[in-house]
Amino acid sequence: MGGYGDVQMIDENGLRMDGRKPGDVRPITIETGVVPVADGSCRMVWGTNEAIVAVYGPMEAHPRKIQKQDRAVIDVAYNMAPFSTTDRIRPGFNRRSREISKVTKDALESVVLLELYPRSKIRVSIEIISAEAGTRCVGLTAASVALADAGIPMTDMVVSVASGKVNDVVVCDLNKEEDNYGEADLPMGILPNTGELVFLQMDGDLSPDEFKQAWDYNVDAAMQVHKLMVEALKGGANQ
Amino acid sequence: MNSRPVGQPDNMSNESNADGPRDSRRSPVVVPGEDLGSAEGVEAGHGVLVVGDRVKSTKQGRMSRKGNTISVTPLHTRYMPRPGDLVIGHIEGCTNNIWFVDIGAPFNSILPMSLGPAKVEFGGTRKVLDIGDSILCRVQEVEETHQSVVTMKGMGLRKIRSGALDELDPHLLGHLIGKGGSFLRAMKMETDCRIVVTDNGRLWIDGDLENILEVRKRIENISSEARIVGVGA
Repeated sequence: MGGYGDVQMIDENGLRMDGRKPGDVRPITIETGVVPVADGSCRMVWGTNEAIVAVYGPMEAHPRKIQKQDRAVIDVAYNMAPFSTTDRIRPGFNRRSREISKVTKDALESVVLLELYPRSKIRVSIEIISAEAGTRCVGLTAASVALADAGIPMTDMVVSVASGKVNDVVVCDLNKEEDNYGEADLPMGILPNTGELVFLQMDGDLSPDEFKQAWDYNVDAAMQVHKLMVEALKGGANQ
Repeated sequence: MNSRPVGQPDNMSNESNADGPRDSRRSPVVVPGEDLGSAEGVEAGHGVLVVGDRVKSTKQGRMSRKGNTISVTPLHTRYMPRPGDLVIGHIEGCTNNIWFVDIGAPFNSILPMSLGPAKVEFGGTRKVLDIGDSILCRVQEVEETHQSVVTMKGMGLRKIRSGALDELDPHLLGHLIGKGGSFLRAMKMETDCRIVVTDNGRLWIDGDLENILEVRKRIENISSEARIVGVGA
């Protein structure tokens, strides 16, 4: 982040390096039931990002000290495979994965009806197989689909999309170059049926107008992605 | 060949009632958060929530309407214990006078010494049932806090010492048992196996190894077919 002023990422026709218009989303494929032993699972390919999410539970929460007497707890483990990027990632948890696990957990807690399962635990494992940019968005969106596949009661599904600023142009769904050399990044988690916001982070600087534009891009993209999630859960192949 | 799965959104909106009233197999699949219509004059059943004046689904499943009650039968769900359910449990732990039993529910059950299979001395629970043992038991009580108590006092309730155990999603048991138990009876006859189907989706199969494998294959088929939307629930 911070901008490489001489790197031209938007051409004279307003198209991005991968040929997309500023408001376009990368192609998405969603598949459910990919982990047979899990209660619910999802494989999501978003551009060149790929995530596999498995959901187990609700189950007895162990150790007992993590149990909440009035509701279930969600245990999210986000992990990037060592081979998911060009630079090998050291296996195991790090500060970034802990942060993403926490924000994902907070976003999911706002939709799952936790009070129906007191003292129990829902385990969500997010494994990033291939990472380009926006893996937290892919992980959170795929986790929503996997939770629905597991039959966990939810008020809505969270759809997460990121927009940002590249060469002073607000663009939706940043790719790797745009994420690395762009000027801002705004990932959001949206509930498509109510339009509520359950997750928001921002990196870089955006003017109020740019923020509004990025917000609108995210909401529009979330609606598109939600359609694909519904199709996948209802049994259709998509995009 | 059309490789797309059966329950496509575009072929689910078949409004024709020419083939009689819809049963739950033909009712549409809904997803969490989906709007199911106005809440006026409607009662919310399982798997739905009334938000303002609208009824919304909270689960992925098939919507059904009985009278004025709307409910959603999930395509996949965990077992929720009810008093009187016959279940197969695994002993997960024990104290001097209680066993903790995993019955596949979100909450472990307890089996008190007084409801155990035999007279047990205080502190001698592990001599009777040890960690890892499987038991056929019955849910005696489910409290408001979801804590449940199982019992082994009853006809046929015992420790499982032979055969094999298998699992099936609890909501698919109907596919295995059939109307009036016809499918299960046929399977027992064809495979010459003793099969006990329990409410938590666990099955005890006893017989020759080849026959056990045959039964397990059939159960696996039911499970995998149900994964294709349109067959399940």
